[in-house]
Amino acid sequence: MVAALTVGTRVLALVILGIGAIVGLAMAVAGAGQAFGVHGWIVLIYCLVIAWRVMLQLDAPEPSPSRLRSYYDDPIKMGVVLTMAWAIVGMGFGVWVAYLLAYPDLRYDAAWTGFGRLRPVHTTGIIFGFGGTALITTSFHVMQRTSRARLAGEFTPWFVLLGYQLFVILAISGYLMGINQSKEYAEAEWYADLWLLVVWITYFTLYIRTLARRAEPHIYVANWYYLSFILIVGVLHIFNNVALPVSWSGSRSYILWSGVQDAMMQWWYGHNAVAFFLTSGFLGMLYYYLPKRAARPIYSYRLSILSFWGITFFYVWVGSHHLHYTALPQWVQTLGMTFSIMLLVPSWATAANALLTLNGAWHKVRDDATLRFMMVAAIFYGMATFEGSFLAIRGVNALSHYTDWTIAHVHVGTLGWNAILIFGAIYALVPVIWRRERMWSPRLVEWHFWLAVAGTVIYVFSMWNSGILQGLMWRTYNDAGTLQYSFIDTVMAMHPYYMGRAVGGTIYMIGMLIGCVNIWMTIRKAPEAGYLRDMPKTPAGDADDRRVPAE
Amino acid sequence: MSVDERDPLTGHRTTGHEWNGITELNTRVPRAVWWAIGLTHAWAVLMWFLLPSWPLVTTYTKGLLGVDQRQLVAGQLAAAARDHDQWMSRIASEDLPTIRGDKELMATVAEVAPALWGDNCQACHGRVATGGPGFPDLVDKSWLWGGDDDAVLETIRVGVNSAHPDTRTSQMLAFGAGGMLTRDEIRTVATYVQSLSGLATPDDATRQAGAQLFADNCASCHGDDGTGDTSLGAPNLTDAFWLYGSDSETLFRTIYGGRHGWMPTWESRLSEAQRKILALYVLNVLPEKQ
Repeated sequence: MVAALTVGTRVLALVILGIGAIVGLAMAVAGAGQAFGVHGWIVLIYCLVIAWRVMLQLDAPEPSPSRLRSYYDDPIKMGVVLTMAWAIVGMGFGVWVAYLLAYPDLRYDAAWTGFGRLRPVHTTGIIFGFGGTALITTSFHVMQRTSRARLAGEFTPWFVLLGYQLFVILAISGYLMGINQSKEYAEAEWYADLWLLVVWITYFTLYIRTLARRAEPHIYVANWYYLSFILIVGVLHIFNNVALPVSWSGSRSYILWSGVQDAMMQWWYGHNAVAFFLTSGFLGMLYYYLPKRAARPIYSYRLSILSFWGITFFYVWVGSHHLHYTALPQWVQTLGMTFSIMLLVPSWATAANALLTLNGAWHKVRDDATLRFMMVAAIFYGMATFEGSFLAIRGVNALSHYTDWTIAHVHVGTLGWNAILIFGAIYALVPVIWRRERMWSPRLVEWHFWLAVAGTVIYVFSMWNSGILQGLMWRTYNDAGTLQYSFIDTVMAMHPYYMGRAVGGTIYMIGMLIGCVNIWMTIRKAPEAGYLRDMPKTPAGDADDRRVPAE
Repeated sequence: MSVDERDPLTGHRTTGHEWNGITELNTRVPRAVWWAIGLTHAWAVLMWFLLPSWPLVTTYTKGLLGVDQRQLVAGQLAAAARDHDQWMSRIASEDLPTIRGDKELMATVAEVAPALWGDNCQACHGRVATGGPGFPDLVDKSWLWGGDDDAVLETIRVGVNSAHPDTRTSQMLAFGAGGMLTRDEIRTVATYVQSLSGLATPDDATRQAGAQLFADNCASCHGDDGTGDTSLGAPNLTDAFWLYGSDSETLFRTIYGGRHGWMPTWESRLSEAQRKILALYVLNVLPEKQ
């Protein structure tokens, strides 16, 4: 991979890594004896390991200029591997936390194994590690193919992909050491946030620069979604993390906002992390891999426009529905609730557009587990968005809020929609990128599919039961007019469902591990594809990707 | 693909664009979608008219229903208080024997108490008040601070070794760590203490040595015969109930390092009526259940 970079790029990489290593060393010295110093060491080692890898091939010959006529897929390959690595980390911690809630002794009395530290490792590992890496990876693939242009630059994609990994590593290792700014889904402290900002702006410019090179007259829908994801997540990240560090040599910082304004800012961010990270970005993924795999035209371009602008406009208003019945003024809650309901139709229109695209290809859905992953993801997406709008109604929220119903809702989205879509996309992507005829074992894809669906269903039904039971127990009064149940009664009532959840999560994780094996074996062992035309342009400048066989 | 191309399956035209093999149909937005948009938006607009919704410069639109979440909660709390008041005021004003005599009131106590117990007492004393190491069993009739109505109410009110100015105070000294007894002496007196309730049958020499050590060091709190003193919170050592455990190892640890139990004061957290309910729960409701 390094040998495919020009010597100039390799030197540039070493310079940047050198600067990174110096910054890491400075952090390690300034924060010696604290967790901040440990982070310094992590930055230093991370930079040195990559620099060592670059040094190994520093003297390799210059790559052939003809490479510039092809797509740049090396970062995508790395991205696929990293995505699955994060799946193991994120789901591994998730399963642990699930068992921990059913059997509280499973923390073995260490400081770092407390639920408050393990939980953000799970959420960050899944959302930002697994989901974020998958988004970056697939976006590199989609932006090139649908623009018929090579990625802009050879250094930038690596900077984005590996820089982003460093952010997630800093975030997660920080939580285990107790570094946490106490904002859900934005727990990382100020220096990690600043670093992410640098990476994210680079990512945005990379996307824009690649689009500017496109050989297609129009920009495909998937790119609209990816771009809105990158742009708005960047804005949210900035506003939610405006913090003043206590010192330059420590991890602690204080957020500029306070009180209910801070809560509102947090949930404006928190909800739109779901919206633009886990929805818009993933819709971009869906809009490329599903029609590509089904080899069917998108059902309706007009519906795409309607739902894109509907989602983009309405989603940014609805964060306040996370703060029903709180100190937040009621008028803000009403707005959050009503915009959540108005959001429903554009959300569903997208799911409908995806499913109607499959008309004429349902026999493929039956036979091809990869396409079925994407179809099921679209269905779970529809369910999750319906449930989301429903839970945003104040009266419903009075029952559901603070209960496991929220956990059920989130996992319909993350297990059923995000992760299942990622698996479908990766199964479609891997043979193309590694020039394989097919996945190593279609049977294992089939196994993974059913384990993923079964795991999701068991998980979600457990949590629905648990959440509604919990909500009802909390609000049950006896004839005397006092609460019928103590808190510990509700905890004991939830125990069987917690076991159910752990089992569902375990099944899901087994499916994912099977997927890892299959991907690894595809890279190593699957039969090579014959000659594939997967190039942006012929030497004459015409499209050169027409006869890529449907994978 | 040209603009005029039709999808053979649906008969719809494509938009004429193609990206990496992906095309799009120009199908019109289904009517159902427009209807659904109309309905959801109409509902939203209706809510804006009915409820507090849009911000103005210094205020906000109040809504035709005049709903205000703070007033709603205040009203609901007041209504709940009125409901409670029927029985709660009687519990607050009457003494425990009178309440015990009123079957209906006791039924209310039995209904209300478990949640109160679960949220405040269960964490230490357990689900059915049988306690655990360091946390007294409250149904065993072996009371540290007395088991009559007033004693139980007072213990709940002020706690033990708590922050309350009238707190009950007790401390067992660290006889070993404080250098008052040697390890061997501790073992001897521990065996003697075990013998008081028939847990050990030491030889005469040990018994005599233990009795002497007990009289010199322990009797001032636990009494000459080891039956304890509820005014000091000193446990009865002759019965079958043990706060920290009766095995030799635990007894050694108790005598060596001393003990300093703790119970919070509930005066600022629970009302007098609630404390009475809990006292009745411990003294009457739970024993009847078992």
